[in-house]
Amino acid sequence: MSTASGELRTTRQRWWGRQPIGTLFALPYLVFVLAIFAYPLGFAVYIAFHDYYFTAPGVDVPKPFVGFDNFAAVLTDPQVLEAFRNIGVFLVINVPLTVVLSLVLATALNAGIRWAAAYRIAFYVPYLTASVSLVGVWMLLFSSGGLVNAVLGPLAPDPSWLVSSTLAMPTIALFVTWKQLGFYILLYLAALQSVPRELHESAETDGANAWQRFRNVTVPGVRATTVLVLVLAIITGANLFTEPYLLTNGGGPDGASVTPVLLIYQRGIQQQNPDTAAAIGMLLVIVVGVLSLAANRINRER
Amino acid sequence: MKHPRMAGTAALLTAVALTAACSSGGGGGDGGESPSGTGPITVWLSNNEQEVGWGQDVVDAWNAEHPDEQVTAQEIPAGSSSEEAITAAITAGTAPCLVYNISSAAVPGWVRQGGLVNLSQFEDGASYIEDRVGEGAQTYLTDDGYYQLPWKSNPVMVMYNKTVFEEAGIDPENPDMATYDDFLAGSRKIVESGAADSAIWPSPTNEFFQPWFDFYPLYLAESGGTSLVEDQQATFDDENGKAVADFWATIYSEGLAPKEASTDDAMSAGTTAMQLAGPWAIASYAESVDVGFMPVPTSTGEAEPITFADSKNVSMFTSCENQATAWEFLKFSTSEESDGQLLEATGQMPLRTDLATTYADYFEANPAYEVFAAQAERTGDVPSIPNSVEVWQAFRDDYSSAVIFGSSTVEEFLSGAAETINGLVQG
Repeated sequence: MSTASGELRTTRQRWWGRQPIGTLFALPYLVFVLAIFAYPLGFAVYIAFHDYYFTAPGVDVPKPFVGFDNFAAVLTDPQVLEAFRNIGVFLVINVPLTVVLSLVLATALNAGIRWAAAYRIAFYVPYLTASVSLVGVWMLLFSSGGLVNAVLGPLAPDPSWLVSSTLAMPTIALFVTWKQLGFYILLYLAALQSVPRELHESAETDGANAWQRFRNVTVPGVRATTVLVLVLAIITGANLFTEPYLLTNGGGPDGASVTPVLLIYQRGIQQQNPDTAAAIGMLLVIVVGVLSLAANRINRER
Repeated sequence: MKHPRMAGTAALLTAVALTAACSSGGGGGDGGESPSGTGPITVWLSNNEQEVGWGQDVVDAWNAEHPDEQVTAQEIPAGSSSEEAITAAITAGTAPCLVYNISSAAVPGWVRQGGLVNLSQFEDGASYIEDRVGEGAQTYLTDDGYYQLPWKSNPVMVMYNKTVFEEAGIDPENPDMATYDDFLAGSRKIVESGAADSAIWPSPTNEFFQPWFDFYPLYLAESGGTSLVEDQQATFDDENGKAVADFWATIYSEGLAPKEASTDDAMSAGTTAMQLAGPWAIASYAESVDVGFMPVPTSTGEAEPITFADSKNVSMFTSCENQATAWEFLKFSTSEESDGQLLEATGQMPLRTDLATTYADYFEANPAYEVFAAQAERTGDVPSIPNSVEVWQAFRDDYSSAVIFGSSTVEEFLSGAAETINGLVQG
């Protein structure tokens, strides 16, 4: 009897853990993760390896397994390669700028400068505002006859910011950096609270100046947050869609700001080719995964 | 499988694989093929206010006489475009019986999805459509079947701001801009005189449908109505395509049209003098701009050129159970009387052969629309071809590169796009 009840307990523990009530509370989220993340990801993997298209219910058409054909098609497509190159340009500008600016601004805000609350709100408002409305403002600022070019006068670039093949992606990178900054500043502000004040004081006693204290106390103190900021910036940056769709008119000029997610939208939704779209999606997952792992490893405490 | 975590992971993977496999099978469900079914139906209308008003009136008139076959009308659900909402509805099996906003370019894709009913399968299906549209009906065939009923058109013409023309020294009542040379000369006058910042402002954005409002109307005019693709071959890599592409390339390279999208309505703001537009523009600009209309230009100044129809049509969906009712309602809503009400309410041209004479009273009372009634007799539409949206996107990508941004030559664009498109339509 005791053996039987012991076995029952072991089985129950295996499925429900040591705290069944806790598992019960966590269950809705598990269902959410399965339905919203795991299932679509599994389905996308399936689609990427088949000659697949969406059909009406009851329409039975063959959707044969095609191995790596979809991947070969997208990897030899110059537009897809350009999209990944464009994202590379974006990340090279956006990620370092995001990390440096958010850390520096958070440190300044944390140092108790005047009007800190006003600055905090000013940095956070763009993050809270919908991209679509901000894009409208940036179009007014950066269009050929916009405010920025009016101020620059003869120094204004020709072709203008949003229609120049070389400037379109950097302009988008600046836009996204500015828009997201408030969120990352908030992360750093929280992290800065946990850096012990004594460390700063003892460094000061040892004769370290402000820059040395920032470099040797603050930066290592918020290392875990820097990893988080890096990974989040890489993930959101690699999923860029709204800005090239609206700010540069669908990946323009001449494909200079086309991104993988924009291509996924065009091919999967508009052109009804979910198989190649899923293959681009898989490649993007791999690239983002590798970059995030690299960011984590480089920044790991030694 | 002894390790609890492994067991959990295996269960998760199995669940994912099973659900994926179930979905991939396309489900069970019936195909909904019941042409004899009668009963209540639902129809979707575009979100154009006047069209919704017209639709509700027609539905009310039908419902009053058909208590057992009630029709419910609603707007197409919100999405970034009607096509995306409809594609999703077909896949989910939630499409209505009829949609009154079908773009011909989307039809082949939906036929491939198994989402549309071939109207030719109704006894009087093909004859009804052919009597309505005449010879032009053939354009709307997909796989030898009518999967759409040609409903209304918005023939594209050149709309111009009469005040700006006058300031630029162009006679607004007789602009004399029918040839490319005259059009370019007039455009230069507008910009050089400072009457407007730009002469014309087609949207330079990269959406697949933008060629319908710059290259394609002029190509149909220049070629005498040749479709972009005929007999599974791209047609535009010839002297007609080159003439049109060179014309637009000159417009852009001389700065007569901006390479950026307008941040507001350029006609209302007075930042441009011309736009390509359909009859919908008459009501839209009635309060703000004194507009005139002229046919699209050609190299020789054709007096009565063909242009792009910009049609919106009606399709029936396979998920519809009461298809017999849907077909009867479709005929009721496209009858001579209903078409007249549509013209009255929206100013859009019903796609029928005898437009100008059938509704002579309307055009007499509304002379501004008369020019469109005449133009509606001379239109071409997008071809019904496989991978249609992909074809237009490929065309747009290469056009943007060569014509708008000058990154490649017009010759490279024409031959490159033709080669890509031939590959797409020939599978």
